[in-house]
Amino acid sequence: MLKITDLHKTFNPGTVNAKVALDGLNLSLADGDFVTVIGGNGAGKSTLLNAISGVWKPDYGTIEIDGVDVTNMPEHKRAAYLGRVFQDPMKGTSPDMEIAENLAIAARRGTKRRLVWGVRKAEREEYRRLLADLELGLEDRLSTKVGLLSGGQRQAVTLLMATLQRPKLLLLDEHTAALDPKTAAKVLELTDRIVSEHHLTTLMITHNMRDAIAHGNRLIMMDEGHVAVDISGEEKQKLTVEDLLSLFAKASGSEFTDDRTILS
Amino acid sequence: MVFLNALPGAVAEGLIWGLMAIGVYISYKILDIADLTVDGSLCTGGCVCAVLLALGVPAWACVLAALLAGALAGMVTGLLHTVLGIPSILAGILTQLMLYSVNLSILGGKSLVAIDYRATPLLLHMSNNPMAIVAGVGIVAATIILLWLFFYTEIGLTLKSAGDNPDMSRAQGVDVNFNKVLGLAIANGIVALAGALYAQYKGSISIQDGRGAIVIALAAIFIGLSVSLKIKPNFVVSLIGVVGGGVVYYIIYNFVILLGLKTDYLKMLSAIIVVLFLGIPYIQSEYLHKEKKVPGGKRRA
Repeated sequence: MLKITDLHKTFNPGTVNAKVALDGLNLSLADGDFVTVIGGNGAGKSTLLNAISGVWKPDYGTIEIDGVDVTNMPEHKRAAYLGRVFQDPMKGTSPDMEIAENLAIAARRGTKRRLVWGVRKAEREEYRRLLADLELGLEDRLSTKVGLLSGGQRQAVTLLMATLQRPKLLLLDEHTAALDPKTAAKVLELTDRIVSEHHLTTLMITHNMRDAIAHGNRLIMMDEGHVAVDISGEEKQKLTVEDLLSLFAKASGSEFTDDRTILS
Repeated sequence: MVFLNALPGAVAEGLIWGLMAIGVYISYKILDIADLTVDGSLCTGGCVCAVLLALGVPAWACVLAALLAGALAGMVTGLLHTVLGIPSILAGILTQLMLYSVNLSILGGKSLVAIDYRATPLLLHMSNNPMAIVAGVGIVAATIILLWLFFYTEIGLTLKSAGDNPDMSRAQGVDVNFNKVLGLAIANGIVALAGALYAQYKGSISIQDGRGAIVIALAAIFIGLSVSLKIKPNFVVSLIGVVGGGVVYYIIYNFVILLGLKTDYLKMLSAIIVVLFLGIPYIQSEYLHKEKKVPGGKRRA
């Protein structure tokens, strides 16, 4: 579903602030893979997701989604293949627009926008049903401006928007990091449900090692712009945080350091 | 009494500026771009209209031609900004400067072209203020209805989201750059339409007309929204408020002239109104009570 070959990206090249963010990264995802991504400060996790999304072009290397080379495709065109949820709950929704309008814009991802009614009546009913599934009491607030919702509610709506038009690849960039623990758990549970319901191929960055182990069928740990550890199947199911730390030390030759990572 | 006599004229002229302010509302409030093209495109609309009227083209067709000319000007600003990466405020200033030359050449090098209102059937003229008000209200109402419908279409929704949250829009496959160009074209089309009505109302167009227009439009927007947002914060009420703001502005304008303020100071007055509306909320939030900014909340002036 996703094939990344020898991806390189350096920010501020040729200056004292030059930072190699991706250093020959290779990654292949099979259809239906749910991969959790973990890594220390500046390991390149978000850079990887931004590269796939097309926020900027890589210096070198190719990105293929479902056999299509998207390396040079602009961000808004690539969006047809991707569902994205950002770390910042404010980033994924349009605050000054109604919940229904946000969903309707997402439902038309990958289609040509026309001069026809933007939110049809039948759609509103469907959105009401889908929002009811979130169990956040949003089903009766279709006309509420999204800016009035809490961070967790906005993140749940964004998740719904990302998957309304079934994406070939779902990209979750620490999408629960800015939420309180209870809301984070709720959004994560929702994520699991939606991903398994639609068999979505998913890349989920998390800073919580336990979450990384508990979710998905495959785990990768990044270090200095490439994949340092890649575990899947039965091996991943038996994994503990201690195993993960020693695997990382072996692969990278150093201790795992990240002030934000939750180890247990 | 003198003031009451001046009132119909103030209302008619206020409606025209209110229409112009609707255009600025689209760029400033919806796209979040302070578009200075409008100082030029307002004049372009008037020039196109005046010259076509002199050629015997019917008034309604002149107005439509003005609208298209304004839309073209807005597109130029949009393309300078999106294709060449020029900051939007500078792109607007550059187009405005280009339009000065364009407007002069439309007027055939003259700095003023008069419209003979007795010989040409016009949509509105200051010689008949009640009729001018009726025509003004009709055109403003038609514009608001069309915009209201447009912003409920698929394209309209993405235009709104592109201004409100570009990150979200791109993630949902919206071409933000296209929408900026489209929005600036619509905004300047409406501004030029107002310019065409302004030229007909005054019976002339001067190359100097439109200078500082953005400030008058912003004043109308701030006056209007300060009331309409309290009533009901939706699109149509906001637009009606903006037009009302234009009318109130011109009533104040006429009033201070009657009080004896020299007309030389009127631009200063317009600017001060805008400074107050932008400055007071800022001072309130920054200095009076230090509260944390609401995350993601859009600035509202």
